[in-house]
Amino acid sequence: MDIFTLAQLLAKIVFVFAVCLGVIPFLVWFERRGSAWIQGRVGPNRVGPFGLIQPFADVAKFFFKEFWTPAEANKWYYHLAPIFALVAPMAALTVIPFGSYLMIGDQIVNLQIANVNSGVLFILAFAGLEVYPIIVAGWASNNKYSILGALRGSSQIISYEISMGLALLSMLLVYGTFDLHSMVAWQGQKFFGFVPAWGVFINPIGALIFWISTFAETNRLPFDLPEGDSEIVAGYHLEYGAMKFALFFMAEYVAMIMASALLVTLFFGGYQLLPGVQAAVDAIVSMNGLSDAAAQNLKAVFQFGCLFLKVAFFMVVMIWVRWTFPRFRFDQVINLGWKMLFPLALANVVFMSVVVYLMS
Amino acid sequence: MGKDDINQWDPSLDGKNLTDFYNPNVLINIGPAHPAMHGTLRVMCRINGETIEDAACEIGYLHRAMEKLGENKTYHQWIVYTDRMNYCSALNNNIAYCMTVENLMSISVTERCMWLRMMLMELSRIIDHIICVAINALDMGAMTVFWLMYHWREEAYTMIESLCGMRLITTATRVGGMVHDIPDDFIPRMKKFVKEFPSCLREVHGLLTGNRIWIDRTKGVGKLSKEDALKYSITGPCLRASGIDLDLRRDRPYYAYNEVKFDVAIGTYGDVFDRYLVRMEEMKQSVRIIEQCIERLPGGPIWVDDPRVRIPDKIDVYTKMEVLIHHFKIFMEGIDVPPGEVYSAVEGPNGELGFYIVSRGGPKAWRMRVKAPSFMLFQSFEHSVVGDKIPDAISALGSVNIIAGELDR
Repeated sequence: MDIFTLAQLLAKIVFVFAVCLGVIPFLVWFERRGSAWIQGRVGPNRVGPFGLIQPFADVAKFFFKEFWTPAEANKWYYHLAPIFALVAPMAALTVIPFGSYLMIGDQIVNLQIANVNSGVLFILAFAGLEVYPIIVAGWASNNKYSILGALRGSSQIISYEISMGLALLSMLLVYGTFDLHSMVAWQGQKFFGFVPAWGVFINPIGALIFWISTFAETNRLPFDLPEGDSEIVAGYHLEYGAMKFALFFMAEYVAMIMASALLVTLFFGGYQLLPGVQAAVDAIVSMNGLSDAAAQNLKAVFQFGCLFLKVAFFMVVMIWVRWTFPRFRFDQVINLGWKMLFPLALANVVFMSVVVYLMS
Repeated sequence: MGKDDINQWDPSLDGKNLTDFYNPNVLINIGPAHPAMHGTLRVMCRINGETIEDAACEIGYLHRAMEKLGENKTYHQWIVYTDRMNYCSALNNNIAYCMTVENLMSISVTERCMWLRMMLMELSRIIDHIICVAINALDMGAMTVFWLMYHWREEAYTMIESLCGMRLITTATRVGGMVHDIPDDFIPRMKKFVKEFPSCLREVHGLLTGNRIWIDRTKGVGKLSKEDALKYSITGPCLRASGIDLDLRRDRPYYAYNEVKFDVAIGTYGDVFDRYLVRMEEMKQSVRIIEQCIERLPGGPIWVDDPRVRIPDKIDVYTKMEVLIHHFKIFMEGIDVPPGEVYSAVEGPNGELGFYIVSRGGPKAWRMRVKAPSFMLFQSFEHSVVGDKIPDAISALGSVNIIAGELDR
């Protein structure tokens, strides 16, 4: 590995994690201000302009809280769980392509941290790991409410992973590849010359199932049963305070970003430019007479911007849904997962395979 | 499961060994410090997975010996204690209590006072139902409904503040009258409130009534059949939700309730969904009653012209000696209530709210008892949640609106 490869890899890692962790405070801010807006309140508006510094003040508060551990807890697992919660979705982010490529000198820099040729499986594996911190936290806390939350969380996430996997499978049939970069490149085509060939237009049912499953996977309302703040108090993170709680809190947002990014990559064209942006890029290139490399770099920047916008859109929808719906009951969630989404996803796979066979 | 099981439960052993978790006889202690146990209720559940196999309720965490205090305080001094019973609708308690003392003294309040009290009772019914529906929705995760409705509760409290200077605990009534007549801008504000509040009800209907998740969460949950409702002597919206047509405002009218037009909302199944709909409809009907009260609110004095109870005007107290003496005697000795006993009840927001007073003459009651609807509702709770899941228990508890202050007194 030469020095350039190493440097560009490090730069990409720093960039992705900085963006991901950097937007969390703003997401928290938006969650609070957005909910206030939905509910006819004011929301935090004192710390900084529009209350933008509020999340940082919250983090500072978390740091200075007492680092308290329940006496009967299993210390090792108890402290492991929040770390795990944050690391698993962050690791999954490494295979999400956030742009096509950059031209630096005559070197091509792929805008994806790890170019794993079975990227989808990698993501599924790490998304599957998200269930462990919930079980471990619930079990190690040694609290009945926590363990109820852990049981709820584990069965919910595993149930929805199946319909999520089947929705993904139907898309794999279409794309014919496990590599996320090639999938996004595939979606760069156009139907009839103007409709972007996004997965959602080919496989809308799969997109819907996948989208619903992301809510369940990230434990967001209406699927926030593992927390169930009014029923089982705070569920699996009931016994966590201070920064340990903050890690779980951040993990929820990282998981949301990861799930939205995956949804966008599979079904909404990933980093492909939004309609109309290509014209803007062309205009800038022709106006300034940029070289091919510079034009490509400019395009990559715009591609990242488009991905960012698409992910942001789904985050806003997630927040919007959270503040609109009541919570499901546990058995209803499992019923929905197994009796509705699972058969529908299975039928969709069969349908899509017939379609793909006929089209080829 | 009974009280003995609760007492035998040793918290120091609890959670020591989680291998016991798959034992279908796990005890879980919900409350008294649990976010959904409104106030200080405690339910001990034997659960199998999440299904409640058996439940036992315990009361008394907010017991303040109010009824005994009623026998040691003068009739006026006890008005402040009625605030602290159902603190969500303190006006209703104030009025019900003063009405009972007035009945014992054979006083009938002036027309203006009567219509004003009716208006305030309906306003506090709206506040109480707002709290019940909003917190029930909050317990099921619908936080937006909570904030939408609480906005109108704040509006109502601001009106009450202009009336008596306090928001939550009002002490707005006196035996024979009100502490103050209403301020000039009260009626215009009330008119604005009754005009705009129904929009909130429409919004909540839009958010919840047709919402599939809400219907799934509430239909068939916490069911109370007609027979059970009668057996536990439940009254109020929960009884009506079970399909029994009883409303004291219509069936045993007090004040001028026989002169106002309103409909009584009746449910069918007695589940959480029916209780929710009954409360939503009752808020609408309360708005109707308030509109009629505004229309018919007559002028004239707010105080009954009876020297036994009439608290003199301050200006006279400062300028006339006899009036000063009279004022002093009312507040230092109390009002002289003739011997006798009386029970009178109003249709409170949660059900029949009754006061039973036995007097042997003099300024203090010999016996003072309260029939609080929450007590009956909490009795039925352990029966209605058996077989349901823990989240159902929370939604059932929210829907019957048990107020710990009233339950334990």
